[in-house]
Amino acid sequence: MEAEEKKAKEKRVKVPRQKMPEQDPKVRIHNFDEVPFGYTEEIAITEAKRCIQCKEPGCIEGCPVEVNIPAFVRLITEGNFIEAGRTIKETNSLPAVCGRVCPQEDQCEKVCVLGKKWEPVAIGRLERFAADYEREKGQVSIPEWATPIGKKVAVVGAGPSGLTIAGDLVKLGYEVTIFEALHKAGGVLVYGIPEFRLPKRIVEAEVDYVRKMGVKIETNAVIGRVKTVDELFAEGFAAVYLGVGAGAPVFMNIQGENLSGIYSANEYLTRSNLMKAYLFPEYDTPIVRGKNCAVIGGGNVAMDSVRTALRLGAENAYIIYRRTEVEMPARIEEVHHAKEEGVQFKLLTNPVEYLGDENGWVRGMRCQRMELGEPDESGRRRPVPIEGSEYVVDVDTVVVAVGTMANPIVPATTPGLETNRRGYIITKDETGKTSREGIYAGGDIVTGSATVILAMGAGKKAARAIHEYLSSG
Amino acid sequence: MNRIVEKIDLSENVVEMVIEAAAIAKKRRAGQFIVLRIDEKGERIPLTIVDSDTERGTITIIFQVVGKTTAALAALKAGNFVTDVQGPLGNPTEIENFGHVVCVGGGVGVGVIYPLAVALKKAGNKVTSIIGARTKDLLILEEEMKNASDKLLVATDDGSYGFHGFVSAVLQNLIDAKEKIDRVFAIGPVPMMRVICNVTRPYGIKTIVSLNPIMVDATGMCGACRVSVGGQTRFTCVDGPEFDGHDVDFDLLTSRLRMYLSQEKEAMERYRCAHGG
Ligand SMILES: Cc1cc2nc3c(=O)[nH]c(=O)nc-3n(C[C@H](O)[C@H](O)[C@H](O)COP(=O)(O)OP(=O)(O)OC[C@H]3O[C@@H](n4cnc5c(N)ncnc54)[C@H](O)[C@@H]3O)c2cc1C
Ligand SMILES: Cc1cc2nc3c(=O)[nH]c(=O)nc-3n(C[C@H](O)[C@H](O)[C@H](O)COP(=O)(O)OP(=O)(O)OC[C@H]3O[C@@H](n4cnc5c(N)ncnc54)[C@H](O)[C@@H]3O)c2cc1C
Ligand code: SF4
Ligand code: FES
Repeated sequence: MEAEEKKAKEKRVKVPRQKMPEQDPKVRIHNFDEVPFGYTEEIAITEAKRCIQCKEPGCIEGCPVEVNIPAFVRLITEGNFIEAGRTIKETNSLPAVCGRVCPQEDQCEKVCVLGKKWEPVAIGRLERFAADYEREKGQVSIPEWATPIGKKVAVVGAGPSGLTIAGDLVKLGYEVTIFEALHKAGGVLVYGIPEFRLPKRIVEAEVDYVRKMGVKIETNAVIGRVKTVDELFAEGFAAVYLGVGAGAPVFMNIQGENLSGIYSANEYLTRSNLMKAYLFPEYDTPIVRGKNCAVIGGGNVAMDSVRTALRLGAENAYIIYRRTEVEMPARIEEVHHAKEEGVQFKLLTNPVEYLGDENGWVRGMRCQRMELGEPDESGRRRPVPIEGSEYVVDVDTVVVAVGTMANPIVPATTPGLETNRRGYIITKDETGKTSREGIYAGGDIVTGSATVILAMGAGKKAARAIHEYLSSG
Repeated sequence: MNRIVEKIDLSENVVEMVIEAAAIAKKRRAGQFIVLRIDEKGERIPLTIVDSDTERGTITIIFQVVGKTTAALAALKAGNFVTDVQGPLGNPTEIENFGHVVCVGGGVGVGVIYPLAVALKKAGNKVTSIIGARTKDLLILEEEMKNASDKLLVATDDGSYGFHGFVSAVLQNLIDAKEKIDRVFAIGPVPMMRVICNVTRPYGIKTIVSLNPIMVDATGMCGACRVSVGGQTRFTCVDGPEFDGHDVDFDLLTSRLRMYLSQEKEAMERYRCAHGG
């Protein structure tokens, strides 16, 4: 009996990890539709059956918001897809987003036992499947209303961090208002990550869900300008959570960087995603559709920008990165997608100057070749310029994607709120407590650019801390 | 959604609008602006807050029709709605008693300098204002500027009204007449601001200009609005919009403002075709 079970298990795990059906690269570079189609029910069940339902599963610990992974995976094997979706939502309020953009290979899938001998369970793809199924079948459940406890909490910023804490706090009975600077809620999910990786209707559905739970979202409200944090307290908010993100672009301060045609990744992506410039002139916001576009950087943001450039019609789309592919911070899947689509990687290369034409338009960039030296404080080998190796690349658009900084508006208008020398808000501990009583912070504004799931995790922890703070007082 | 309460045509291409936006009306100070989107498919465009009425909960904007969005905005009537108004944005003007200040406004820039003149006067300054336009019919807010200033001088490029010539020549005349000037505020088209800065530079008169680069989010997130001031890159929406004019790289501002010329033309032509005229 036991031997038989064992045999069945062996058989199951030997089933290969199920591939994701995707749009053909030749086709997809001409549209902004999502690249992976998602698992079908059959593929999802086959993949879910690979999971051996560990007694002490590592995958849960690997997940920053502790999704009960074996439980939802089992529900999929039983064809109980709706329940699977609900199980994820017990701890993760944005599963359709996480199933698409989380770096699972570094989290739950990294510690999945199957990964030791074979390939890990495709937890992310299954998460996406369950969340999509629930949404598409229109059976999104709204949790029971908690008894209102008559206390108001303000959340600044409607990114993943703010949306998460807001959802958790209404569940506990608080009256929650999110103040969002832009006209749309979602943070980087709406302005940064492109449609072909995260369709905006999915973000909208998840934001809608948070609204349906009873969270008020005030858009076009820049806190620090229309109201300060102190004014929020004066209006009767008992606590304030700052989830304002790290949305300030970094430039390299090299000659010619302000020429026309040179964008920050934030501007390029905001024009394209939030303002739908790829649909110009149906939408009013313009964007430059360059023929030769160079994107500086090697992270997810750079990959998103370069793939956007291709879809906007670039004949040559380059990634210019000063280290090698090994050190590139982008997810492997994104680099792979970019390569399939024809992005040209110029590695060990760094721009040193932009050249302009008589109209102030970028026409080229002087680049320097690099080699790798000793490891630096980041643990990666330091790029060292090679003397006399400079050459010019012809470009008519450039996107600078070398990182972001803290947005200064809230810290600058909130006296007593401590920030570090890079402008990020200092928190006392994991709970997000800041130097000011009643003010909590989390997400990119505390950690610097990180990930969706970490920003959500910070929101969760702060929700608990705020609840404790407001219950004890 | 914000309701348009009033719409007044100030001249052929310049429109004044009063829009409901109670929170902004309450908070705004001279020098600040809003970002407005007329509809779901619209662009985000920045416009200065000219005035506000806290009791009615309204703000006033004055804009010139230059392209698709401003044309479509001008086509709206009282009672219509715009989709979003975000603000107040930017840093308020540094208002102090400087002594004698000269406020120079050109074209639609008069609308932008008007709240400054009011605030500067209220702070105890002696305010001389110089306003100008291409021709008499395009001159706006003359009465209001007169009330806000100790002295008002008017110039038209074609001589149809007031001094025949540019506002910069009027300013030069004041300087030549040995008027003691403690600070100049100049707001208008980029070439005008540049010329005013060239006039005051040799005399070391501090000159504040309000820059109008292309913006997207206006919260410091995108870097579209970057300008070079004193050799440093600054973001107009969060570091400005006002800067010391003597340090501004006007060439860069001019070329960056032309970045979308062909798309803007295309949008405008399509809009004209669709709406006749
Ligand atoms: C192009 C791009 C691609 C990415 N790809 C991935 C990926 O594949 N996987 C992944 O896990 N992570 C990815 N990230 C990182 C991830 O998006 C962020 O770590 C995450 O969004 C941070 O969440 P947050 O809630 O802290 O801030 P944000 O998402 O930045 O949201 C902050 C919100 O606050 C608002 N705000 C700012 N100031 C104010 C104010 N004064 N008043 C009111 N509102 C304000 C902003 O408008 C914004 O909506 C990517 C980031 C970018 C830019
Ligand atoms: C802080 C600030 C305050 C402003 N205040 C006023 C005001 O009070 N009254 C007024 O008439 N105008 C003002 N402007 C300029 C106004 O924003 C532009 O005229 C408007 O955006 C043009 O939009 P459009 O679609 O009609 O024209 P388009 O056809 O798009 O462009 C016409 C010209 O306007 C400029 N422009 C285009 N898009 C933008 C943009 N997103 N942001 C800024 N400039 C742009 C460019 O120079 C362009 O060539 C201000 C600009 C700034 C930055
Ligand atoms: S670690 Fe892998 S195999 Fe084990 S329960 Fe989690 S997903 Fe299933
Ligand atoms: S408009 Fe985006 S940073 Fe100023």
